[in-house]
Order: sequence, then C-alpha cells, then structure tokens
Amino acid sequence: MNRLNLHRLLLWAVLLLFAAWFLAPLYVMLVTSLKDAEQVRNGHLLSLPTAPTLASWGKAWDSACTGIECRGLQPYFWNSVLMVVPAVLISTLLGSLNGYVLSKWKFRGSETLFALMLFGVFMPMQVVLLPMSQVLGWLGIASSIWGLMLVHIVAGLPSTTLFFRNYYVGLPDELIKAAQLDGAGFWLIFRRIVLPLSVPILVVTLIWQFTAIWNDFLYGVVFSGADSKPITVGLNNMTNTSSSVKEYNVDMAAALIAALPTLLVYVVAGKYFVRGLTAGAVKG
Amino acid sequence: MGALSIQGIHKTYNETTHILKGIDLEIEAGEFLILVGPSGCGKSTLLSMIAGLDHPTEGRILIGDRDVTHLPSKDRDIAMVFQSYALYPNMTVAQNIAFGLEIRKVPKAEREAAVQRVAAMLQIGHLLDRKPGQLSGGQRQRVAMGRALARDPKLFLFDEPLSNLDAKLRVEMRAEIKQLHQRTKTTTVYVTHDQVEAMTLGDRIAVMKDGWVQQFGTPAEIYNRPANRFVAEFIGSPAMNMVSVRRQDGGVSAHGLALALNDAQRQAVQAHGSDELVYGLRPESLAFATQGLPGTLSMIEPTGPETYATVDTPAGKLTARVPGVLDAQVGEAVHLQWDADQAHLFDQHSGKRVN
Repeated sequence: MNRLNLHRLLLWAVLLLFAAWFLAPLYVMLVTSLKDAEQVRNGHLLSLPTAPTLASWGKAWDSACTGIECRGLQPYFWNSVLMVVPAVLISTLLGSLNGYVLSKWKFRGSETLFALMLFGVFMPMQVVLLPMSQVLGWLGIASSIWGLMLVHIVAGLPSTTLFFRNYYVGLPDELIKAAQLDGAGFWLIFRRIVLPLSVPILVVTLIWQFTAIWNDFLYGVVFSGADSKPITVGLNNMTNTSSSVKEYNVDMAAALIAALPTLLVYVVAGKYFVRGLTAGAVKG
Repeated sequence: MGALSIQGIHKTYNETTHILKGIDLEIEAGEFLILVGPSGCGKSTLLSMIAGLDHPTEGRILIGDRDVTHLPSKDRDIAMVFQSYALYPNMTVAQNIAFGLEIRKVPKAEREAAVQRVAAMLQIGHLLDRKPGQLSGGQRQRVAMGRALARDPKLFLFDEPLSNLDAKLRVEMRAEIKQLHQRTKTTTVYVTHDQVEAMTLGDRIAVMKDGWVQQFGTPAEIYNRPANRFVAEFIGSPAMNMVSVRRQDGGVSAHGLALALNDAQRQAVQAHGSDELVYGLRPESLAFATQGLPGTLSMIEPTGPETYATVDTPAGKLTARVPGVLDAQVGEAVHLQWDADQAHLFDQHSGKRVN
C-alpha cells in the first residue's frame, strides 16, 4: 500500500514538473503582457504584475509600429482571417473529394497519382518558392491575398488528400455499391453518405490546416504584398522595429494575439482532434 | 424467355487471370437461384455482374427480355443484400429503407407507406427510428432485406447474407428468407459457400468451381445425381465416401475386393474408356449388418438425432450416418452393407460421372 502511494507521488511529481516546464513560457508571456513598462524594466521575469493592465494588448492591437506604419497587428490579423478561412475550407473540401476518388472510384493510375501526391507531403516548402512565384506572376495574382490563398490551398492538398483517403479506405466499399444500387451517383453518394460519415476526419483536417496556414511565416513573407501581409509577418515586423526601448510587454501581448486563434480552435475542437486521429473505420 | 438469363459470360483481368470461363444459366420468374462454390470460384464476380457493379469481358445478361449487360445498376430494377449489410450508418432505419425511393423521386407519402409495409413484413416497426449502430446482427440483416424489399424490384440479389451471423441466428434467418420468397415470389439470385443454405433455399442450384459451372440443376438432381466428383464431395455433410476402384471381371474392385453394382452400373462401367474409377457412397447409404464389408469402428460422433461412425475397411475409411444412437464401441469389428443403387461412379482422372 505504502509502495503504491510512493509510486503515485513520484508519478504526480514528475508529471507536474513537466507540465510546469512546458507552461512556463506561456506564464511568462501572459504576466509580462499584463505588466506596465516600469515593472518590465525592473526585471523579475516570473513575478506577478503589481498593477495588471491591458494597455500593452491595446497597443499591440492597434497602435504599435510595424516598420514605418503604426497601426498595430489589426490589419495583419484581418489579412490572415481573410486568407486562412477560405484557404482552409477549400483545401479541406478538395482533399475530401480527392480522398473519395482515390479510395472509392479508383481508376487506372490512381495509385500512382496518390503516390506522387505523397511527395508533396514530404517536400520542403523552400523548393516551391521560385516556381510558385513564377506561376503567381503568370496568373497575375502575385503579392496579393488571392495569391497567398492559392499557395496555401495547393500546398495543403497533399496532406488533406492523405488524411481523407486513408480515412475513406476504412469505409466499406459495399456502402458505395449499396448506394449505387439504390440509384445514387458520384456526387449524391459523396454528399449524402460519405460526407456525413467524415465528421471526425473533417475536424482533424480543419484544425490541421488552420494551424498550419495561420502559423505559416515563409509563404507569408515571400508571396504577400505590402497590404496583404499575414499576422506572422506583422508580428515579426513589430518585434524587429527598433525603438529606444524594447517594449517586451507589447511584444508578448502581440505574440499572444497571434497565437490566440489557433489556441482557441484547439481548445474548442481538440477532443475531436484526438478522437479523429485515433478513430478507425465507421462501424455500422 | 427466362426472368434472368446469363449467356456465355467470360471475365478476364489483365488479360491473364480468367475468373469466369463461359457461364450459361437461365431461370424462370419467381425462381430462387443459388450460386454455390468454394471461395475463388467466381460466384461473387458473377453476382456483381448481374448487379451491374462489374462488367463481363464477353457475353450477355438479360433480365426479362431486356439486355442489361451494359446498363448501370440503377437502371436494372434490382436490389441487393450485402454480406456486411452495408446499411448507411448516418441514417435511421426508416431513412435507410426509404433512401432508394427518395433518390427515385417517389413522393413522401408513398415512401412512408412502403416503409410501413416493409417494417410490418419483417417485424422491424419498433426499430425505425434507430441508427444501424444500435442494432444487433440479426436486426441489421432484417433492415438490409427491408431496404431491398422497399423498391419491389424485379430481381433480388443476396451476397452471402448469413455468413456474419452466429449459427442459431443463421438458421432462423435462413427460414425467414425462405418464407419471404414464398410470399413475394420475387426472382432471386443467392450466393453462398454453404451447401446447407444452397440445398434448403434453392429452386435451382449452380455449383461453381474455377470459373466453370460444374452442375446446374434442382437440389434433388444435384444431390442424387452429382455430375462429377467435385459436386458429389461439395454437397452433403458428412461428405460422400470415395473409394478408388479398378475395373475387374466386368465389375469394380478395391484392393481385390469386389464392390456391389447393379446392372445399369455394370454396363456403364464396361462401356467406360478407363480402368480407374471412383466408387462413391453417401454416408446415409451405409448401414451396419451382420455381414457385408468387414471393418473396425475407429470413431463415433453422436449428434443427437443421428450418429456418424467412421469405419476402417479394406477398401479405405468409410463414414456411415445412422439414425439415433449407435450401440457400439470404438475398436469393435463391424460389417457395412449398402444397396448398389445408391452407389455413384466417377472417372478417376476427369472426375466425371460414369453411371
């Protein structure tokens, strides 16, 4: 009995230590963002704010300087939202269609096509920078939100296709055959049977794509124009804009603003994420 | 013109794998056709072709007098019950049953009437609002049949529908399928690897192996006059006893021991072109007697209503199927007797029936 308690105690101690270790940066960011400039200057990284204030959050949002402009992160944030939402929805929907075709409507060469698509999952992002900017130039959407959106949709397709294809392989083929005998065609089967059964993998893919595209910096910095920069680029510009004093509290608030949407998405849908990743075939 | 006729069907994959090698079958309206055979015999491929889910390399399929060989499934007026039931997990039982009607744009009132009719027929009225995931195996089976029945199709297809059920339920559902067919009289094609299902359900049985139909006939024909050694051994449990014999003195003998033949069999053997034959006897044709073929009891398997007894004889191991309980001990010396009319003769090499 005592041995067991000791084991429990040790286990808890180790887990708590790890949790504290991983949460420490978040804690530092949060408390620093709530301190005023005076307290930040005094050091004491871990101390609680003596007079908590949201002033740095306000400044980071709409008045901090990002280069010569001083409108805070706000414009970048809306750029990101404008670009991320359609890019996530379109890449997820196309991935789902691809997966449906590659698993349930196989054709001569579909396996090869899938294998080639898998290359895209493992290809370093840097490789596509030059050819992609060339293509965006041809299409006349270089340095625009549309261009950035297209890049993210195309870059996301291999992984979304992989997710959906592997999930749909687990759906019994007989389900599709039964629907065919019932008189349904390609699209009707997709809409009425396959899509309603895809909720777990839909959630996984939406979170995955949202996190990846929202947090992307490389494509954002390379392919965006002056007024279409996403939030990651804005954050970078803000923290790199030199002034006499480094405003750590504002930087921390800005970093938290940039991270908030992904955190929120994970908190709201996180349990579906884990469930979806581990879910097997749909039984029925 | 039959309700379903299959004419010269061939199926080849990659120009090397020959799955079906020329299938010709025809059944009349209201008949129950069984396709039976070991796995890999091509029975499921043939069913897929009737369903329109696969297409023959050669040959024609006619439903009624309509050539459907190249029609898509939805235009064939057929319904199918799958081995895994293939119920739509995201829909309720009622929605599952009505789905095919909904797609065919049947008005709502008619759809609901069809669901009620089918639910009453299969006694699944209390399950209509449930999802397939909440049903037991037998209930899912019923719903799958309901879905097929709702459309009132011209042709009913079953793909090993009972193989996922436990033994007791399988017997129950088998009886229900039979009753359902007797009531609706819908022409049916039923694929199974189970010879008991084949015998109990079929009006006509096609025994298949290696892409060929080995024999096509009524259950009685298949059982009483198997066309070849494969059919003889495949249908019937315990399997038919097979004794290798040689032609000798106008009759046949195993290891020098003459086996009984009637006049017709004697003539057939004499007219046959080869000396090496197989003498087949169903276990129920054998009886214990005070004289006849001597042997030693080597195993006794009581099943309750009857007993299977394995006897080592000079002609080989023979299994007898006797009614009731066998009052004997393993190791006892016994004699086996049978009526020559019950014997089946096959060619040793081709396996074809001789008599």
